[in-house]
Amino acid sequence: MKKQTKTTVNVILIIALMVVILLLSVFLPSSSMIFLVLKKGAIYSLVAVSMNLLNGFTGLFSLGQAGFMLIGAYTYAIFTIPDVGKDAIYMYFSGGIIHFTIPVIVALLLAGIVAAIFAFLIGLPVLRLKSDYLAIATLGFAEIIRAIFQWDKLGPITNGSNMLRKYPTFDSIITGLTKYPSMDKLFKSAPWFENYLITMLPILISGICIVIIVLLINSSYGRAFKAIRDDEVAAEAMGINLASHKMMSFCTSSFFAGVGGALLAMYQSTIQASAFKSTMTYEILLIVVLGGIGSVTGSCIGSFLFIACQEWWLRGLDSGKFLGITAPGIFRNGFRLVVFSVIIMCVVLFYRKGIMGENEFDVERIIKRFRKSPKKKKEEVSGNG
Amino acid sequence: MSLGNILPYILSGISVGGQYALIAIGYTMVYGILRLINFAHGDVFMAAGLMMIYLTASMPLYVSVPLVIALTIILGFCIERAAYKPLRTAPRMSIMISAIGVSYLLQNLALYITGGLNKNYPSLPWISDTITIGTAVTKRVTVITPFLTIFLVVVLVLFINHTKMGMAMRAVSRDFETAQLMGIKIDNVISATFIVGSFLAAIGSMLYFTNYAGVVPTSGAMPGLKAFVAAVFGGIGSIPGAVVGAFIIGICENLIKGSGLTTFSDAFTFALLIIILIVRPTGLFGEKQTDKV
Repeated sequence: MKKQTKTTVNVILIIALMVVILLLSVFLPSSSMIFLVLKKGAIYSLVAVSMNLLNGFTGLFSLGQAGFMLIGAYTYAIFTIPDVGKDAIYMYFSGGIIHFTIPVIVALLLAGIVAAIFAFLIGLPVLRLKSDYLAIATLGFAEIIRAIFQWDKLGPITNGSNMLRKYPTFDSIITGLTKYPSMDKLFKSAPWFENYLITMLPILISGICIVIIVLLINSSYGRAFKAIRDDEVAAEAMGINLASHKMMSFCTSSFFAGVGGALLAMYQSTIQASAFKSTMTYEILLIVVLGGIGSVTGSCIGSFLFIACQEWWLRGLDSGKFLGITAPGIFRNGFRLVVFSVIIMCVVLFYRKGIMGENEFDVERIIKRFRKSPKKKKEEVSGNG
Repeated sequence: MSLGNILPYILSGISVGGQYALIAIGYTMVYGILRLINFAHGDVFMAAGLMMIYLTASMPLYVSVPLVIALTIILGFCIERAAYKPLRTAPRMSIMISAIGVSYLLQNLALYITGGLNKNYPSLPWISDTITIGTAVTKRVTVITPFLTIFLVVVLVLFINHTKMGMAMRAVSRDFETAQLMGIKIDNVISATFIVGSFLAAIGSMLYFTNYAGVVPTSGAMPGLKAFVAAVFGGIGSIPGAVVGAFIIGICENLIKGSGLTTFSDAFTFALLIIILIVRPTGLFGEKQTDKV
């Protein structure tokens, strides 16, 4: 297939996906779980892809993602909380010290930039370390960042260990559009359209970010990253500056983790530093593994599956009823996560390549598979990429 | 600060240090042999605490204590056989991810079993009793821990230096493949390492949780990470190093708590880790390693 046709097919696929979401929002109530999965899945995709850039493409095993998400989330929230609500939110710190707000888009960018600056400072000492030492050092830094954000001396900025809330969320941004008469009319005549926009917003932002990451991976920098992953010594011998490339990968990854954190804050409508524990990093790492280390589309598929299982499909395991079986004794709180971690362990042990391996989602290959042996169709659908 | 004021902090520092040491040995031995950060070790430690709670509820102490130790050993052994053995030839990253997966599984399992509630740790007779040393009022476990730790470490060092299994362990940690060629049954050695590590973690958990009100699913993670830092600080692979590192970290951490900067007591540990990795990556007692292409 020619490159041009390939692009057309991909564009058609994307448009088809948007239409599917549109149809979903027309026919399903806005409280349906699928919208939650779409929103949260999109955000986790971004964070997973950013982690994949580091772990899968550059070969730096970093476990600091939750820390950078925390920075992003807090930066976003701190600078966008409207002045009116500040007294109530910073009630223990006499209204905080920041008395201005910045537009949402700027705040999102700022969230990424602040995370990247922190990453740069952390990277200076840490990136000299190798494999597991790097992992433990970045994990440690994430913990330090969490401790600092919860420190009550910084309370006037971060609100200490208390919650931050009332900043613009996806819902409030879209509902805020009603101040324009034309939008108001549109929402009134087609109420589903509001929900469609709320769902599309995070998908759109994450999508743009992921496209930027993909462009980076396909550029000469991306090839240098892969060379470093495959063999550091050889890469250095070929004239790749290890330190600067590693730093670049680390900062870029943190930038997008920061944006992801800000999006998560927008999605959740309240944030608290204590939620960004190392468990969160582990979950993102497991998403990356599930999707395939070194595959961007794999990470996206992985995160939608992960979120769908966690929030939706396996919910029944927690509430006593699953697939028609009622057993409140076994299916009680927490069982879902146990089943879930067993599934993940099985993937890690027996299916080490994950869903996509190192491949990307490719229409051409699927079509070829279909033509060659119709029997293999089933495998392809189940994702043997 | 006068000595009277800091004495309680030093005492509890030594005690916590001893408990970290017992966990750190598990990390350092596994790392020495498999080159793997056993992320699940902290959760094994937590699991030992939970088992203690459930078993003492239905059994007398002289049955439950040995039973907890035995079950923890079985747990450690099973984790190694199920999650690490199949990946022996896989890249190091895979084994580490598997370790993280096990840790996630154990935490979720604990969450399911406890229902997310804080379970009260049983008070063990004699060692939970309150005693007074100088100006400090503390539990007897504080005093016992360092001595017990040192006793166990001496036994362990004797075991490693003077038994056949100990010799095999040293050989495997020096060179995995050559040891295999010399006829050492590598799987047995690795299992033995995990058994020793889990045994010490079980003892450590009894001492550690006696000082705390209860056990929650995540209560193993922090001590685990700190013990790992202690192992790195002392020089990974070196048992005396891990013990010294653990005591230093335990004491420093409690002194920081004493000076009113509790928020940073965890952060300090990791700052120390990063400094040591940059200044002296092989730790206090570690052997120098050369990189080969």
